[in-house]
Amino acid sequence: MNPLRETFILLGRSMRHILRSPDTIITVTIMPIAFMLLFVYVFGGAIHTGTSNYVNYLLPGILLISVASGVSYTAFRLFIDMQKGIIARFNSMPINRSAVLWSHVLTSIVSNSISLVVIIGVALIMGFRSSASILAWIAVIGMLLLFMLALTWLAIIPGLKAKSIDGASAFSYPLILLPFISSAFVPTNTMPTAVRVFAENQPVTTIVNSIRSLLEAGSAGNDIWIALAWCIGITIVAYFFAIRIYRRAA
Amino acid sequence: MTKDIVQVRNLRKSFKDTKVLQGVNFEIRQGEIFTLLGQNGAGKTTVIQILSTLLKADSGRVIISGYDVNNQPGKVRASISLTGQFAAVDDMLTGRENLELIAKLRADVSPKQTANGLLKRFGLEEAANRLVSTYSGGMKRRLDISMSLIGKPTVIFLDEPTTGLDPEARLEVWKTIKELANNGTTILLTTQYLEEAEHLANKIAILHTGKIIANGTLDDLKKLIPPVKKEYVEKQPTLEEIFFAITGKKETN
Ligand SMILES: Nc1ncnc2c1ncn2[C@@H]1O[C@H](COP(=O)(O)OP(=O)(O)OP(=O)(O)O)[C@@H](O)[C@H]1O
Ligand SMILES: [Mg+2]
Repeated sequence: MNPLRETFILLGRSMRHILRSPDTIITVTIMPIAFMLLFVYVFGGAIHTGTSNYVNYLLPGILLISVASGVSYTAFRLFIDMQKGIIARFNSMPINRSAVLWSHVLTSIVSNSISLVVIIGVALIMGFRSSASILAWIAVIGMLLLFMLALTWLAIIPGLKAKSIDGASAFSYPLILLPFISSAFVPTNTMPTAVRVFAENQPVTTIVNSIRSLLEAGSAGNDIWIALAWCIGITIVAYFFAIRIYRRAA
Repeated sequence: MTKDIVQVRNLRKSFKDTKVLQGVNFEIRQGEIFTLLGQNGAGKTTVIQILSTLLKADSGRVIISGYDVNNQPGKVRASISLTGQFAAVDDMLTGRENLELIAKLRADVSPKQTANGLLKRFGLEEAANRLVSTYSGGMKRRLDISMSLIGKPTVIFLDEPTTGLDPEARLEVWKTIKELANNGTTILLTTQYLEEAEHLANKIAILHTGKIIANGTLDDLKKLIPPVKKEYVEKQPTLEEIFFAITGKKETN
């Protein structure tokens, strides 16, 4: 048994699935791009963010929306594997059981990263510019990867537990909505108090703010620690529950 | 010398209020085809899942190839192979890719050759490079079984391998099972078809109301049929008659 080797063999398998049903990547990429076009060219003129470049302002939130919708496919793929007895087959073989879950997690990271690269490319065409240093970019990438990891482990739970395909992916709807009630599109100070309190204290706002200031100013201030705490916290809790459910189910 | 390669002792398993297994005992010798016969819901799949380390029993002991399924599940997995009740094949891969995937996971030294050999043996060469989603039920089943042979397991569990197959495909699966047993592989197979058990098995065990109510060769089981009835039956009693004779008798107890 070699867990790393097994994880990569299984990663190759799921990546093949994705290449064969490119709609999974296309949907995950097109929807955020459509939001970006809509907000920049339709609503953008009416939104006052205090910055001259609205694409710059918008991009971090758009990236998070992409990840939130991307992980629903992770839940979907895992659900199918469970339902078809493929997980049972793997689990009756002399291979490392965690390799099976980790391969789904890595597939999510790789496919979400591809979507993000495409979206950033489109944003560049639309006028996105950043003077951030390599170091700041590395911090941004790290933040996005952590966010992916957190939501992916969250997605593993419905993937293992759902009773239907719809149930497996429905969990991501609220995740996709979170950026809309955050600082992703408009500054929170224009919102009514109750909404503002929620917006300012939910993870998306701090993650968006820290990515935004890394890209604009090259540093993120205090927000980044809160953002990191959210991502790591969600990852740990979701991982704990996912593994527990997996052990019970398997 | 033949020895017991599978030993099942006093196996119990309940799901919430449903007592499924209530003290199941049997053993299987090396190279034997052992058939677990039972009606829908008798607990056949539950037994297979416990033996293949996918499910924990509430109590009892299972030893496979000398290893306890509870204490050394890894060792057990290395010597078994499972073909579940529903074909566990990857629809989004081709037949060849499915076989190569399992071969690689089992650290086979030449996955390509292994896949080629099995495709040929199971008559799947022509369809080898097609996505499995285009396969018929029989082809999926054959692929499923061929995937289970990779890594030369010493014990193979087949949970209702012929359910849903047409008569021709069923004959093919039977042939494969016999070949495997001739090569020394031990086979535990479940079925609802009395005829299948009659045709294939060296040993037949009937699982009913959570227990093995009869266990032996077909001849052993034939002796269990009430003698009064035997006088009036001209032909040999079929397993079907034996089955209903025994299960009927046990239920009225
Ligand atoms: N995970 C589970 N939770 C609750 N009940 C279960 C579970 N698995 C099986 N059962 C119940 O246990 C009993 C035995 O099920 P099992 O699948 O082992 O039967 P079987 O002999 O394989 O039947 P079939 O011929 O229909 O495949 C059934 O009553 C079933 O409803
Ligand atoms: Mg069954």
